Amino acid sequence: MADQRSDLTASLWRGGRDGAYASYRVPLRENQTVLDVVTWIQRNLDTTLAYRFACRVGMCGSCAMTVNGRPRWTCRTHVSKVLRGGRIEIGPLRNLPVIKDLVADMRPFFEKWQQAKGAFRPSQTRQDAIAPIRSDSAERLAADAAIQCINCGVCYAACDTVRWNPAYLGPAALNRAWSLVNDVRDAGNAERLAAVAADGGCHSCHAHQSCQEYCPQALNPTASIAGLKRRTAQAFLKGEIKP
Amino acid sequence: MNVRLYLWQRGTAAVMAPMILVHLAVIFYATHRGLTAADILARTRGSVAWALFYGIFVLAAAIHAAIGVRNVLDEWSPLKGRRAGLAAIGLGTVLLLLGWRAVAAVVAP
Repeated sequence: MADQRSDLTASLWRGGRDGAYASYRVPLRENQTVLDVVTWIQRNLDTTLAYRFACRVGMCGSCAMTVNGRPRWTCRTHVSKVLRGGRIEIGPLRNLPVIKDLVADMRPFFEKWQQAKGAFRPSQTRQDAIAPIRSDSAERLAADAAIQCINCGVCYAACDTVRWNPAYLGPAALNRAWSLVNDVRDAGNAERLAAVAADGGCHSCHAHQSCQEYCPQALNPTASIAGLKRRTAQAFLKGEIKP
Repeated sequence: MNVRLYLWQRGTAAVMAPMILVHLAVIFYATHRGLTAADILARTRGSVAWALFYGIFVLAAAIHAAIGVRNVLDEWSPLKGRRAGLAAIGLGTVLLLLGWRAVAAVVAP
């Protein structure tokens, strides 16, 4: 157990959309994550505090919040990295409705995954032989580059275009679509390319690259979206899609 | 923005890029040589080449700007979707008419 040396002041968003920040004094520890701070407050100061987490090790993508104005995965964000003058401000993810306190409603985020045809569409049945996929093929390398998304919503909260254009599918959904476009086993590309080429699709991206800047998995959704722009443009010019 | 508008905007940009270089070169030439308005009009009036060059440039600029403004309106103004599209078409039409009128003023014999 690390030494308890002093306190920090944590301002947490309380309530729904019309809520406000409330301050709490929390023991500062040598090795402490932002999620530890939130958990300490909920267990020791106010049991009504609502927040969301699951794995605590950066795998599930549940605990993303806005920390000092930046979207972050709180379980892997050390307090020592974000503390400013002994203070830290923690709010729900931006660009999503607030349910209560630190819990954002993720439904719009996941509904856009569905709109972008982010579900794998198999081209074979379980009776078919397993498709041999070379790990060094160009398609597989492109799919692999985009595949480690943990659905945390950090990129969605960081995206200016999402904020300005409610119809925009967002970086995560488009990044997912790009990984499937490059999956040679998938059979849903005609529908997927039409979906991401429509209004609010990949062409709405301004390439500000906030998604790439903030992605805790160091993915590059901007590059994926650029790939989708090229691929959909080719498909449109060949008459394969009619958005 | 969708793929159709995206390609129109990029396509018109690709058309305009070399034309802007020619346009700038013409400006430098005219100022460097000290051409008067009468000298310039003597070269442009009745010229099918200049009429085509600036006529196409105005058309590309009107399309390009209208698509961009549609996007700006859709994202940053209360005009959304179809209303933003109609406003942008209006702007593009005005640009086209004013631009072609200006072209006609220097190329019409």
